[in-house]
Amino acid sequence: MDHDIKIEIRNLNVSAGKTQILKDVNIDIPKNKITVILGPSGCGKTTLLKCLNRLTDLYPELKVTGQIRIDDHNILEAKEDIYKLRQQMGLLSQRPYPLPMTIYNNIAYALKLRGIRNRRETHRLVMQYLQQANLWDEIRTRLREPASRLSIGQQQRLCLARGLAVNPEIILADEPTSALDPISSQFIEETFVRLKNDYTIVLVTHVLRQAKRIADNVVFMYLGDVIEQGSVEEVFENPKMEKTKLYLGGTFN
Amino acid sequence: MRRVQKIEEKFFKLLMILATYFILVILAIIIYSIFEKGLKSISWEMLTQVPKGGYYYGKGGGILNAILGSLSLAFGATLLAFIIGLPVALYLNVFLIRHKRVIGVIRFLLDLVWGIPSIVYGAFGFSLMIFFGFQTSLLAAIFTVTLFILPIMIRSMDEILCTVPIGLQEAAYSLGSNKSEIAFKIFTRQSFSGIITAVLLSFGRGIGDAAAVLFTAGYTDHLPNGLLEPVATLPLSIFFLLSSPVPEVQDRAYASALVLTLIILIVSLFSRGLGKRYHKTKINF
Amino acid sequence: MYLLNREQRHTVNTTWMIISLLLVAFLPFLLFIGLYLKSLLILHDHSLFDLIFSKTWKPSIGKFGFYPFIVGSIWVTVVAMLITAPVCLLTAIYVTQYTKKFFLRIMHPAIDILAGIPSVVYGLWGILVIVPFISRYLGPWLGIKTMGYSILAASFVLSIMIIPFVLNILIEIFRSIPTELKEATLSLGATQWQTIKHVLLRKALPGIIAAFGFGLARAFGETMAVLMVVGNVVRLPQGVFDPGYTLPALIANNYGEMLSIPKYDSALMFAALLLLVVSLFFNLVMHFFIVRYNKY
Repeated sequence: MDHDIKIEIRNLNVSAGKTQILKDVNIDIPKNKITVILGPSGCGKTTLLKCLNRLTDLYPELKVTGQIRIDDHNILEAKEDIYKLRQQMGLLSQRPYPLPMTIYNNIAYALKLRGIRNRRETHRLVMQYLQQANLWDEIRTRLREPASRLSIGQQQRLCLARGLAVNPEIILADEPTSALDPISSQFIEETFVRLKNDYTIVLVTHVLRQAKRIADNVVFMYLGDVIEQGSVEEVFENPKMEKTKLYLGGTFN
Repeated sequence: MRRVQKIEEKFFKLLMILATYFILVILAIIIYSIFEKGLKSISWEMLTQVPKGGYYYGKGGGILNAILGSLSLAFGATLLAFIIGLPVALYLNVFLIRHKRVIGVIRFLLDLVWGIPSIVYGAFGFSLMIFFGFQTSLLAAIFTVTLFILPIMIRSMDEILCTVPIGLQEAAYSLGSNKSEIAFKIFTRQSFSGIITAVLLSFGRGIGDAAAVLFTAGYTDHLPNGLLEPVATLPLSIFFLLSSPVPEVQDRAYASALVLTLIILIVSLFSRGLGKRYHKTKINF
Repeated sequence: MYLLNREQRHTVNTTWMIISLLLVAFLPFLLFIGLYLKSLLILHDHSLFDLIFSKTWKPSIGKFGFYPFIVGSIWVTVVAMLITAPVCLLTAIYVTQYTKKFFLRIMHPAIDILAGIPSVVYGLWGILVIVPFISRYLGPWLGIKTMGYSILAASFVLSIMIIPFVLNILIEIFRSIPTELKEATLSLGATQWQTIKHVLLRKALPGIIAAFGFGLARAFGETMAVLMVVGNVVRLPQGVFDPGYTLPALIANNYGEMLSIPKYDSALMFAALLLLVVSLFFNLVMHFFIVRYNKY
């Protein structure tokens, strides 16, 4: 295992009222790898992602304690600039949510938030990120169309390009292929594998085969607990815990 | 840059808070002024007597004619609108369930009709009344108000009925029920309190409107005593009494406004309570 | 009912449903045809252009110019919307984006009560509070001599009346925007206000315009409250402190005498027809606007 740790999660607890959503979670996420968080639905995977970029702030009923250290900064501390923090991470959600603008402006808006105002620079970067997300060739002539006219698969890649446009170090993806057809899913997966040289990727999924295909590192969660974590070989070939074995065997979902 | 943004956000947030409290404060002022004026002028005599001789110069009598007139008008119109409206709402959701386009067109027409000003109904009702040789009467007023509250009634019922799960319908079909049995037995029972809420809402609208019945109700100092007799209503009495220069007569307008507002508050309180219970007892599939 | 067997009951029920449905579906057309037939008499003598743009209203000598009423209606409606639109938009954003859920639970009954208060009670409130406020404080303060019964009074009362209507639509619109869109924007590093300004407002724009359109249509036809505070003077208003007269008020005010002068009732029915057409037109346009422009 690589010792270059990008994100360290220590004793993270999240609760909403009386229900405990995450219980004392400790995870190490290595740099420039794809870390897959695996587990049945409702086990707190999405909440974990939302903690990472502090979208939990939107839900006043959630109580978050513990530490999340990115490059040795605890991001849960209130004095962090959460806008800068969120720009360190690109988010890809379950369904694509393109902004209500043209395709071009979807990317340009992210650039603007990053502080890039020069038009030529914007132009160059829009093209660059669309290429990175494997979308440029399909839509180069349609840049001024509303983003909602794209197919779902294209929209998801647009969202990925938009996520890259804030110049993040980390990509957070929450079951990004669950709404997509197999071909678009494959596009996304290939893009992830290409991107991991430059980014640290955290991917939430419940598709075992997807995890097997692209993961370097696997974290298995169940009902708010981290059951097992390790490299993909360790977890898939030699699971130590009973629950992991059952899950990988397909006993419960 | 960031500072400018912060100031901008603060500024707009302040405006938002002001707008929100503006609405709440205005509501408080309205309620306060109605109650303050109304409570000063209301009395037992006012509630239990009809206008007596010299009423319009400030002598004795009360607004019982208007209270009872309003209630009978609103009851009549709500009943009639219910008899016509419930079947329409049921038909939309049971019989036309597969014809999305037809449902769409009818809902659209209903929304159009809902938007028509009540004075237009009033004018239409008046022409209809003349056309059929009627006099201004409770019946003519009931007809007019029925037309006016029909779209409100149907659309509110429709909103409730379209939440009835398809699984329940399928279960009923599999027991061998036919469509009208499903409509009148299953749907009405499943959405019972929602339907009552729709009825109460329509009742509130019906009892508060003046423009629709301005031409058709006529106005009388007597208690309503028959469908073909003219009838007084609370909104009309507020309107007429207020234009009087005599302060005692104006007081009766305030009292009428208080009574009318109370009736409507009670009705809306009821429908709110029902709405809450409805959410608790609804069967979820 | 139990005198009939199952099939017969089914037939009776179904027939009744269809009759009711047809009645309701044809209601807008019935209204239109009825009012049109009644206004034929006046349309026969005067051209449509003449009726709408002529300024003289003297029924006793057969002059029916609706221009002052139309202008008055437009004044009252537009000024009312100028108050309602920003107040509703700001409030809708505040209660859906900035406050906790329980605040919306306080707002909902408040909106319900505002919506439930009858038109005449609003009118009464206007006479008790708004009219004196304008004539005693606002007018003198601005150095304007006014009776209080004015376009401004009518607009203000009217704006309060349509607030619950517009606000309800707006709140629904903002609540129907998925949280994920907000999260997506925030995750780009946008502040909450930037999210609202650049994304939520844009997403909601067709709905917002439609809500204002529906509000405008509703305000245009409102009768009693306006009638009670607008002053009812037949002349072209020069400013918001002048009294005016609106189309609905014209109809409502003259119901008593309209049968004594020839063609008078036809002229009033024409006014009602105008209101009907304006209302149908606005609602129609807004409906198709929503369908068409949800492109983003």
